[in-house]
Amino acid sequence: MDRSDPAPSGEPDRPSVPEQRSGEDPYLRVNDLRVRFDTSDGVVRAVDGVSFSVQRGRTLGIVGESGSGKSVTSLAVLGLHEEKRTTITGEISVGGRQLVGLPEEEVRRLRGRDMAMIFQDPLSALHPYFTVGRQIAEAYRVHHPKAGKRAARQRAVDMLGRVGIPQPARRFDQYPHEFSGGMRQRAMIAMALVNDPDLLIADEPTTALDVTVQAQILDLLADLQAEFHSAIIMITHDLGVVSQIADEVLVMYGGRAVEHGSVEQVLRRPQHPYTWGLLSSVPSLHGDADADLVPIAGNPPSLINLPSGCAFHPRCRYADRNGDRSRTEVPQLRPAGGPGHLVACHLSADDRTRLYAEDIAHVGVAR
Amino acid sequence: MARFLIKRIFSAVLTLFAVSVLTFLMFFALPRDPVSGMCPKNCNPERLERVRQELGLRDPLVTQYAGYMKGIFTGRDLGSAQGGRCDAPCLGWSYVNNEAVLDTITRVLPVTLSIVIPAAILWLLLGVGLGMVSALRRGTWLDRAAIGFSLTGASLQLYFVGAVLLMIFVYNLRWLPVPSYTSVFDNPVKWASGLVLSWIALAFLFSAIYARLSRAQMLETLSEDFVRTARAKGLAKPAVYGRHALRAAITPVVTIAGLDVGAALGGTVITETTFGIQGLGRTAVEAVRAGDLPTIMATVLISAVFVVLANVLVDLLYAAIDPRVRLG
Repeated sequence: MDRSDPAPSGEPDRPSVPEQRSGEDPYLRVNDLRVRFDTSDGVVRAVDGVSFSVQRGRTLGIVGESGSGKSVTSLAVLGLHEEKRTTITGEISVGGRQLVGLPEEEVRRLRGRDMAMIFQDPLSALHPYFTVGRQIAEAYRVHHPKAGKRAARQRAVDMLGRVGIPQPARRFDQYPHEFSGGMRQRAMIAMALVNDPDLLIADEPTTALDVTVQAQILDLLADLQAEFHSAIIMITHDLGVVSQIADEVLVMYGGRAVEHGSVEQVLRRPQHPYTWGLLSSVPSLHGDADADLVPIAGNPPSLINLPSGCAFHPRCRYADRNGDRSRTEVPQLRPAGGPGHLVACHLSADDRTRLYAEDIAHVGVAR
Repeated sequence: MARFLIKRIFSAVLTLFAVSVLTFLMFFALPRDPVSGMCPKNCNPERLERVRQELGLRDPLVTQYAGYMKGIFTGRDLGSAQGGRCDAPCLGWSYVNNEAVLDTITRVLPVTLSIVIPAAILWLLLGVGLGMVSALRRGTWLDRAAIGFSLTGASLQLYFVGAVLLMIFVYNLRWLPVPSYTSVFDNPVKWASGLVLSWIALAFLFSAIYARLSRAQMLETLSEDFVRTARAKGLAKPAVYGRHALRAAITPVVTIAGLDVGAALGGTVITETTFGIQGLGRTAVEAVRAGDLPTIMATVLISAVFVVLANVLVDLLYAAIDPRVRLG
């Protein structure tokens, strides 16, 4: 198996945190994470050597198609994979505590208290048979066993109010189906934040919502982050969301990181052909309205049988520029231009700059 | 909730009315003379005519139906040959048994209740328990054993299982008396020992279906997003499975259970026959064989009441479990 070592020699120890603010250790540090599922069809290498870290008060966007390993990564951080059929190796350190190999009971105590998650579809992620308030109060009481029912209720009502739900005391006793989609996602956020977690993972929190509500939810998350000073991981396939909320971006493909840098770097000076593809397939507000969107040709790779060499090579227009290298050698993350900007691509820096300027820049997303 | 309840009860009453009319029409309006079927031999025409008069068969159908219903709600006078005054709920007089139908029913109904209710409790606990355990231990020997058990139960017939149980526990080991019915109020131990084999036989066969159903439901529920949310909150496994998953998984089981219990209360003919116990089921079959119209009418109506009641109960339970149902 190939290691996509995040740190070529000479680079600082943690190059995965570009523009790191000095003096604060990252709250979450993931190092060489590998997640494998044993299935009847073979071993699925859903995540294959991914490293990143997030500080409190900062937001990391993880971007990729479905099957790129972004959700699997976040579920691994929370320890939500089925233990029996999943093999997790590498390091996941939350608040200085190493989670890989920790007994389930200890991880459980951290879940919901130190790290919480917001899911994609709040209708199916909330229990249909319990009132919204009860579900939030329950999340509070798991980690505050001494809190009485009334205190938990008060706390839940406070949280509902804080996420902008009108008449929170009345809404407490309603069921999820009595909430609108946006309100449901707000309730979900209230539930995730009820214990003041230091790490919040949002797995496509706006995908199931319409666009105006999307913007509200993103604003809410940003406000709450300013207030609670938590680290946020935003998992999405939507580069627009990333540009709005993230400080840095990790682009994943086939279970590996292919590009990593600040939002500015990845969206303005993207280095990887896959990132180019993602950018070209997004309409731009400021660009030419008649310009064609360019989808990425082909399909996401099978994680059981990943293409040899660079996993992206079957879909890459430039795969032939380096002879057989793309097919035989797995590209490692290497510094690419700006400080902390990393890319895993066999193209030379000059090639990348020239190709981007010639083929991509005019259709890309601009902030 | 109150509106839901009223609506549901109203439709139940309507259903019962329809069933009573249909049953009445079927048996009293058939071209075949019900009276001649009641005594195939040794009946002179005068006696037959007298019975027809007494049964009111010469009256128009509507009058007959009104009389029957009046009997149920207020009681009526049946004439000296049929035991005279018949108090509400009057179900008529059986010439075959030579007693008021109500007396027959009050004798045999407790028997059927005594068979079905404990058996239902047993099969639900066993079936749902097995299903849950095998869902949570999917792929282990325990799961396979539970599936094997339920496959066996589902493929066997009651008269076979009953006969085997009788042979082992009554005739070979002599641990249990020959099945019989004693009122639970007279002697609970005798009541239980006389019926326990029928409970086991019924529970074995029925729990098989419930084990499979609840296993499938539980597996489906465990893959639901809200179960993942419950885990993400940091809930411990008992709370995740017991409070969040079970509650959602149990709903369809409740439906099937209500219908099964309702149907079983209408008479467990094969069980009663296998164990030689006279309950509602055997009484109904014997009444059909003898052409005993008033008794047939009564048993059909009572079965219908049970099925309809069970349905109402299921709906109420459903509404209690799933808040989304209350909207409808």
